[in-house]
Amino acid sequence: MAEKRLTGYRRPDGRAGIRNHVLIIPVDDLSNAVVESVAKAIPGTLPLPHPYGRLQFGADLDLTFRTLIGTGANPNVAAAIVIGIEPTWTERIVAGIAETGKPVTGFSIERHGDLRTLEMAARCAAQMMQDASEIARVPVERGELVMSIKCGESDTTSGLGANPATSEAVDRHIAAGGTVIFGETTELTGGEHLIAERCASEEVRKKFQGFFDDYFAMVERTGANLLGSQPTQGNIRGGLSTIEEKALGNIQKTGTTPVVDALAPAERPTRPGLNFMDTSCAAAEFITLTAAAGAVIHLFPTGQGNIVGHPVEPVIKITANPLTQSTMSEHIDVDVCGLLQLEYDLAAAGTRLEDVIDRTINGRLTCAEALGHREFALTRLYPSA
Amino acid sequence: MIQSASPPPSSGPVFLAHRRGDDVAVAVRDAAPGDASGAYLESGERFEIAVRAPIPLGHKVALRDLAESEKVIEYGVLIGLARGPVAAGDLVHTHNLRSARWQKSV
Repeated sequence: MAEKRLTGYRRPDGRAGIRNHVLIIPVDDLSNAVVESVAKAIPGTLPLPHPYGRLQFGADLDLTFRTLIGTGANPNVAAAIVIGIEPTWTERIVAGIAETGKPVTGFSIERHGDLRTLEMAARCAAQMMQDASEIARVPVERGELVMSIKCGESDTTSGLGANPATSEAVDRHIAAGGTVIFGETTELTGGEHLIAERCASEEVRKKFQGFFDDYFAMVERTGANLLGSQPTQGNIRGGLSTIEEKALGNIQKTGTTPVVDALAPAERPTRPGLNFMDTSCAAAEFITLTAAAGAVIHLFPTGQGNIVGHPVEPVIKITANPLTQSTMSEHIDVDVCGLLQLEYDLAAAGTRLEDVIDRTINGRLTCAEALGHREFALTRLYPSA
Repeated sequence: MIQSASPPPSSGPVFLAHRRGDDVAVAVRDAAPGDASGAYLESGERFEIAVRAPIPLGHKVALRDLAESEKVIEYGVLIGLARGPVAAGDLVHTHNLRSARWQKSV
């Protein structure tokens, strides 16, 4: 099959994106109000309100900075405005995004107030929107695009259909030289040995096992166990009985190639191929971390019908569950229910998915984008001071 | 939404198992008690199972008799332990299957 023409946006740092957003990023919860006001004043800008950014410290603060900087730096973003209560942390995020060479400007509220900040930021945002509108789509290579994968509200149809179809697309993306990020640390329980065996080197295997063991040590320190949360009540309603069964279904979507690296949360991958990232299994938190690591497109197989979207990284939903397809079709980009009726094989399902991936790269809105799903959720490692 | 070709009334198997040797198979539509057809996804090979209870879409049927605490295999890998005796054809879910890893399984 002839390679299809793919287009995207070339950023000053050389990376390729598939969307052209102007972000308004709050440093902290206090700045959400003016951030939302700027977005109302300048239609088309994308606000990212979130509830954190005050009194965080240590590794937890580092992760918040890495996530906010990485989101602004994501190649799907043309330009960014950063607004914080005070200038020092605001400028730290501005400086991180500025390393990409894209336009970024910071504003702080103290000694100005919300209203003067609104006017300054809105004038800047209007100019950024006009400048972004002149950035043209150009041809991009498939292998340049960083993809992430995570399933949600999984059920047994995920492991039989939607995840294996995703696996086909993952292998094809990696064969084209691309990078794919998977994660969901606790959701590998019972199948973690299968991932460990696929690690490309002893160094990667040790990093992976370290992340896995540390996550469980954290869970155990709380004195609770994950039952009742993992599998989720939705998973159980859909027929999944144990964490092992859920994990084995989860792993079905990771393709067949070696795991080339194990990344910290929101860490940018440097090795093409399949990368593990240490993450929560919560959908919005996961995609927020992979978008911060530079992923520009997400594949999301679902069984019972998780509806998540992300403001910056388009999310493609795939289901093999006919009940979900018939009751929630506005959320489903790719219907592979025929796999379970043996109407077509995995290669055909992979081609069906690849077609939607390519059209999404070229600008087609995903269901989650059309429905306005913009879940942005920072991962916290521990409480604020 | 990307429309699929409208599926004909399906004559495909009612249950799918991942691979030969698995102890459970998944209902790909609601199944009533009685004889039902199944297939292994890996090979396409068919099998028959006498179903003893209603098995809703997405839920599992036991393909053989399981003793209490016996290991239960799906995907060719351990997915848990039987809480008590399970007969071939029974529904297999949280009431009779628990995690082997998280011992306080619901």
